[in-house]
Amino acid sequence: MPSFTQLTPDDRQEMLRTIGVDRVEQLFDDVPAEARFPTLHLPPALTELEVGRYMADLAALNVSVKDWPCFIGGGAYNHYSPAAVGHIMGQPQFYTAYTPYQPEVSQGTLQASFEFQSLVCNLLGLEVANDSVYDGASAVGEAVLMAQRITRRDRVVLAGGVHPQWREVVRSYLAARDVELLTSSVSITAGGLVEQRVSELLDDRTACVVVQQPDVFGHVRDLNGLAEAVHARGALFIVTVADPTSLGILKSPGCWGADIATAEGQPLGLPLQFGGPWAGLMACRMEHVRQLPGRISGQTTDHEGRRGFVLTLQAREQHIRREKATSNICTSQTLLAIGITAYLSLMGPLGLREVARQSHAKAVYAAEAIAALDGCAILTPRPFYNEFLVQTPLETAELRHRLVERRILAGVPLFAGVDGFETSLLLAFTEQNMRAEIDDLVRALAGALR
Amino acid sequence: MTTTPIEIDTGVQPEPLLSDLSRPGAPGHRLPVLDVPDVDDLGGQVLRTDLPLPEIGELDVIRHFTHLAQRNFSIDSVFYPLGSCTMKYNPRINEDVARLPGIAHVHPLQPDETVQGALRIMFELQQLLAEITGFSATTLQPAAGAQGELAGMLMMRAYHLARGDTARHKVLVPDSAHGTNPATAAMCGFASVPIASDASGNVDLEHLRSELDETVVGLMLTNPSTLGLFEQRLPEVIEAVHAAGGLVYGDGANLNAILGVVKPADVGFDCLHINVHKTFSTPHGSGGPGAGPVVVNAKLEPFLPVPVVTRRPDGQFALDFHRPNSIGRLKGFHGHFGILARALTYIRIHGADGLRTLSETAVLNANYLRVLLSDAFDLAYPRACMHEFVLSARRQKLEHGVKTLDIAKRLLDFGIHPPTIYFPLIVDEAIMIEPTESESRATLDHFAAVMRQIARECEESPDVVRAAPREQVVSRLDEVTAARRPILRW
Repeated sequence: MPSFTQLTPDDRQEMLRTIGVDRVEQLFDDVPAEARFPTLHLPPALTELEVGRYMADLAALNVSVKDWPCFIGGGAYNHYSPAAVGHIMGQPQFYTAYTPYQPEVSQGTLQASFEFQSLVCNLLGLEVANDSVYDGASAVGEAVLMAQRITRRDRVVLAGGVHPQWREVVRSYLAARDVELLTSSVSITAGGLVEQRVSELLDDRTACVVVQQPDVFGHVRDLNGLAEAVHARGALFIVTVADPTSLGILKSPGCWGADIATAEGQPLGLPLQFGGPWAGLMACRMEHVRQLPGRISGQTTDHEGRRGFVLTLQAREQHIRREKATSNICTSQTLLAIGITAYLSLMGPLGLREVARQSHAKAVYAAEAIAALDGCAILTPRPFYNEFLVQTPLETAELRHRLVERRILAGVPLFAGVDGFETSLLLAFTEQNMRAEIDDLVRALAGALR
Repeated sequence: MTTTPIEIDTGVQPEPLLSDLSRPGAPGHRLPVLDVPDVDDLGGQVLRTDLPLPEIGELDVIRHFTHLAQRNFSIDSVFYPLGSCTMKYNPRINEDVARLPGIAHVHPLQPDETVQGALRIMFELQQLLAEITGFSATTLQPAAGAQGELAGMLMMRAYHLARGDTARHKVLVPDSAHGTNPATAAMCGFASVPIASDASGNVDLEHLRSELDETVVGLMLTNPSTLGLFEQRLPEVIEAVHAAGGLVYGDGANLNAILGVVKPADVGFDCLHINVHKTFSTPHGSGGPGAGPVVVNAKLEPFLPVPVVTRRPDGQFALDFHRPNSIGRLKGFHGHFGILARALTYIRIHGADGLRTLSETAVLNANYLRVLLSDAFDLAYPRACMHEFVLSARRQKLEHGVKTLDIAKRLLDFGIHPPTIYFPLIVDEAIMIEPTESESRATLDHFAAVMRQIARECEESPDVVRAAPREQVVSRLDEVTAARRPILRW
């Protein structure tokens, strides 16, 4: 018998008798006979003991960010997560619970979602948030679709400083629509990075303008006046954030005048997990709430007048509206949202501000040392947050490989094949990068480039 | 000291919100002292002036979330016969595996030579999922079933366009389908056309044929259906769609019934998404995350999202981004790896025979309950079911004025999570029951006894049922006011 079933052989016999068949195979008579009970060529079954070893052996083939210093960012950041976050997410009554469609027995999830939405609103500086979408990339895709529904226009403007994968997701999400996608150009010149102004791409057909803050090169942009320019054309302004710890010190998207804001939630206490699952944060102004996709928890009362929470405004969602829904999204990232809620509660304003202050200071410290290396120049304009692009004399993949030989994880492959970016290295820093390991990085870079 | 009386803790007081627990100045998490020079180069122009987050000590944070967790039903505490959701046991070894440092703490942009184990986990899962379902290739990227649907439908669109077949815009969706199917078709710019079910719960073949023409993209078919029934004329249905030049998308929500029983590719499906958080036991996490890999046949393989994990001639694993006909990328990085590692663990524990026994047991359990309940409630379709079946409380509603919602709420009083209700939409007062293979016979017998007792209560004391639930931290909640005057944050 396989693991994780509980019927005894006698149970099976008696149950078959109750049903009125002799053998369990008879329950599958509707399956076409010629295709019934095929052979599955799978490796032999393992016991728990064996599979535990097997997976541990595979895991051991990976270098974890706990093993080597990590200076990789590019949309995922190795911030510290307090021990309590993992334990809270590990509560079986959270992680083995289902979607809270029965509110009387899901008040824990629903209240946690309500708290998550409140924290996301406060962090992003907007009026209403959902209970998360898949990740930061798909959040931008959903935000663009949302702006298109609201404005009924057919042009989307993306800043070239938006994460390239996130731009790819927008392209895929728009593939089947008659929408023109414009991206502002970014190039490397002798003076550093130069980006075309997104406002140059604006016109009366523009549904929305999307900018990332700080941008994918780490630059903290002065967005003053941009929202006004976008709104003057009747378009919506979308601000997206790759590392929301930056919001510990930086102005919120709402403060910059965003109508819709999104962020990748991973840096707020979630493990890297080779890319997920994480959570996409999504907030907007209240006037657009009925176009916001995804689950939303709302406060109400029960028959006795006690406070309680329910899933609400469900007339936006696919299980009610089917083809007229705001999105096909069904699953949310609730467990991760609970983790983010726990992280923000544990850090508090002082803790989050300190994460941001330290991540920023370490990046600046590293940049100053790296700028002094032969052949290296910092391309990202100041100020940057915790990430910057360096021009080096060596092709990116080769340099990353040479750093691996020195037991250091650094750089990203995001700009491979982009003209002018062949020898650029994107480096990211967090509060976990101690001064000694930053000094090691600088020495390793010097050695690798020699 | 004030003398306001303190209420006895009956366990039903509201749990304060985090904002109520906040005390300005309460010490938060402490970081090491900054070991590089502090910098002050961010001008006031970009700095924020306020950061309204709660300030709470760690113990009270832990207690808060523990209290919240205690207000939830969960698989670990109660039976969840939730149709189409496959609430099976989540083996603990999955969780141990997912927490290994080489799995939990790996950056998705690390150089390939430092993530060979992770890539191999993905490669093996790609192969095993393809073998289990009979398809030739797999994408692990979709974040959930609905995103898998989006991937599949965008691939079908790309397939037709690549052949210069530009007139196709209609997606046929049986009326018993999940709402995600028509919503996905709409996201792809297609018109969704509902197809009726016949008296036996099958796709109405005549209706299907009448909608098939050169404008049809394809059919989105959940098989077994959301009625818990295996399509009895499946080869004819699929042949008809193919004959019209359409493709057949498989919604794998109900794959748990057919592992080792039939490979969907063998009966003609062109692609299929797999909800690994259902079939392969990764936990539901209070509503997510999931993961929705898609398996495809050779027709659709060129269009798979990027990246795909490949094995190079030297035996090393790599991410393949160079796929010129790809529909592109649907999310950041490479999919929900943490969930995928759990799925691989589960499949490796079972092996081929184990998976088949698992499906047989799920189907056995469902049919057993179907028989035990078939006189107390009306069966929507009186035939052998797969892993789930649908009852109707139309009799209880008509004769005693007790609705399905009341019966669901009454189950809460017995410590049982209600089945899926009012779905599929084509069954009046639907109660959709999926026990999964995990449950013991004692649990099934107990559930049947409770359901039969509730059926008697509907006759003898319907008010008791209508007043349920009684024993939870809140009673029925006012959803109308919640939607009319939304309070969505503190």
